[in-house]
Amino acid sequence: MHTVPTFRKGGVHPPDQKVFSREQEIVRLPLPGELVVSLSQHLGAPAKALKAKGDTVVRGEKIGESVGFISADVHSPVNGTIKEIKLVMLANSVQCDAYVITVDEEQPELSSEVVDWKDLPKEELLSFVKERGIVGLGGATFPAHVKFAIPRDKSVEYFVVNGVECEPYLTSDYRLMMEKGKEALEGALIAAKIIDAKKIIVGVELNKKDAIAHLKEVVAQEGWPIEIVGLKVKYPQGDEKQLLKATIGREIPSGKLPLDVGAVVSNIGTCYALFEAVVHQKALYERIISVTGEGIANPKNILAPIGTKVSDLLEFCGGLTGEVEKLVSGGPMMGFSFFDTETPVTKGSSGILALKPKKQVRQTACISCGKCVDVCPIGLMPTLMYKNITHLNYEVAMNNLSLMDCKECGSCSYVCPAHLPLVHTFKTGKKMGRKK
Amino acid sequence: MNEQPTIRVSSSPHLHDKSSTSNIMWHVSLALLPATIWGIYLFGLYSLVIIVVSMATAALTEFLLGKINKECTIWDGSAVLTGLLVGLNMPPSVPIFIPIVASFFAIFVAKWTFGGLGANWANPALSGRVFVFFSFTTYMSSFTTPRTLLSAMPDTLSGATPLGFVKTAIAGGASGASNDLLAQAGYPATQLAQKLGMSLGINPYTIDSFLGNIAGSIGEVSALLLLIGGIYLLIRKIITWHIPVTYLLSSAILNWIFGGIPAGLGSFSGTFFPSMLSGGLIFGALFMATDYVTSPLSAKGKIIYGLGCGFFTFLFRSFGSMPEAVSVSILLMNILTPTIDRYIRPRKFGEKNLLKKKEAVA
Repeated sequence: MHTVPTFRKGGVHPPDQKVFSREQEIVRLPLPGELVVSLSQHLGAPAKALKAKGDTVVRGEKIGESVGFISADVHSPVNGTIKEIKLVMLANSVQCDAYVITVDEEQPELSSEVVDWKDLPKEELLSFVKERGIVGLGGATFPAHVKFAIPRDKSVEYFVVNGVECEPYLTSDYRLMMEKGKEALEGALIAAKIIDAKKIIVGVELNKKDAIAHLKEVVAQEGWPIEIVGLKVKYPQGDEKQLLKATIGREIPSGKLPLDVGAVVSNIGTCYALFEAVVHQKALYERIISVTGEGIANPKNILAPIGTKVSDLLEFCGGLTGEVEKLVSGGPMMGFSFFDTETPVTKGSSGILALKPKKQVRQTACISCGKCVDVCPIGLMPTLMYKNITHLNYEVAMNNLSLMDCKECGSCSYVCPAHLPLVHTFKTGKKMGRKK
Repeated sequence: MNEQPTIRVSSSPHLHDKSSTSNIMWHVSLALLPATIWGIYLFGLYSLVIIVVSMATAALTEFLLGKINKECTIWDGSAVLTGLLVGLNMPPSVPIFIPIVASFFAIFVAKWTFGGLGANWANPALSGRVFVFFSFTTYMSSFTTPRTLLSAMPDTLSGATPLGFVKTAIAGGASGASNDLLAQAGYPATQLAQKLGMSLGINPYTIDSFLGNIAGSIGEVSALLLLIGGIYLLIRKIITWHIPVTYLLSSAILNWIFGGIPAGLGSFSGTFFPSMLSGGLIFGALFMATDYVTSPLSAKGKIIYGLGCGFFTFLFRSFGSMPEAVSVSILLMNILTPTIDRYIRPRKFGEKNLLKKKEAVA
């Protein structure tokens, strides 16, 4: 019997909700008058500001320099003038400095120069990755040059491309695969060359059958050594642990990296950014954002510069409609809710959602139904972690119940009939536990 | 955008499936409805009075205790469900003060003294039943003849469940398979069961206990209707198969292997299906042992818990002198539940499977 690959333990099936923006082709946002480019576009230390108030910047110019090991460069998305540097709060509640850039009326033409990367050495390719500020675009924004710098004692068997997009609502990766599938796959080839991967696998969930068909067609036409794998729909398959289990059948032990099981995982969007960085010599200063949800008048997939304010995106989509309870940056399962529409988007913003009010259900005590234990993809016991954290037993939660292995995927909160704020508590518990 | 809508900010996830605590409680109550209606039909309107009084007492107790604690938890439906379970576990002719005492005990002692919903270690409904059983044993062990057996039931036998009857007979020195013992004594069976039994080659007593034509507590007589309720809960994913299946199978298999020994028949002579159908086993396995609060969290833990329930039920039934084998076994495993949860954990992602490790060593 042929079985469709997926990860085995746990997982949930939230409603798909991709219908709002699924058929919307990617459109370029007309340049807004002002951008707010934060210096914290990535996981790790914020970049150091290279420009001051009043300076002029050009598109693609480096305006923030990476500091420390895990950090990435920031580039200006436009030609313009720096109006000021101010403290902003991002959607994920991180506070950091940001350039406020007044955008020039005149913008240079995009160059059509194409670089042939096939003969370039991998060290040079890796330097492009660093110089052009490539980070993981799935949401975690881990700097790509750090991920692709493979230590000498490790080797990479598989390069797994994440085209799962298991979060409901989001369609940016889907549109990318449909419209820029060939470029993204070429990006995957570049990445595979950098890290010396023996095999390339692209995992896509079966709710995107046309994207799978399209990618397979591209691979067949070009004769590329890339395998496209259709995966059974299940959340959180887009997490690298679950994706590797589903595609290559290997499990990453607690506290280890994909590299420890001979694999590197990158988002399909990151592969496309890599293609642009190498072939078109373009820094990562714009990305595809799904602006969708019940509360958006005309949902769209928008190619927008980094630093676009959410209000500009909403306006482009016809504004909010009906009752809106929450604005979310990212997907509804792991994304961050925010309230200020002046919040700028970053390299990690895969979507902006406007969600309608949820039926309010009263919270009860935990009834020990064990549903959270059943759905936890890591095999933790969320209810016991919750009870220990609420009783301030951080050490028990961390050492005995492996709180730190929790990825906050939200499956437990999603199914909890008592409506306990499980993920919320785990986030707090991790912070408090680290302090002690 | 001139007017900013009211935007809420909260931690992810921003979606939730449609489940809620009260929803689950109402679904369990709904699953008990067929058996409840059958019980009322079988034993008369007084059974309805018993059930309503139990539910009302439970709800009132919960409400008053909530007043002291300045919270209202009655809407979660758990107290009403406990009351229903208590009512269904009463013999049909019990004096009305007994279900009141049982429900009060269930909610006040078993549930609230430990902190209310989710904090109790013993199943409240079962605790209530066991409490009144050992306090008022005579009332709790006299049973009314079901309506469907009235014509066939000799007066001398009224007031005994098949299981209790067989037990008494064996204690009195009789030997033989339980169905034979029933037949010897002229224990009645419905005409339908006799006809079906003749054509299918199944003992009529088994058919009657499956359909629910036996004496017993109001809600526990019809295995068929309880199974329908149980399957409904399984389909709704409110319970999982682990506890009921391991419980029923383990007790039936043990009974098949060793159950004939007390009756002087040697091993592998006990009954398989009839043992499953008698007494409150099905009711216990589907609705009592699966109580969320007092059963283990993980699937592995649930299997161990189910096996434990099955083992003790078999032990108490075949070798114990006390009635209430099912209730006591479940309560016993309730005590072990925290320990099971402490040591039986799901395999963590990326950890080696213990069994596979052993293979590798060997």
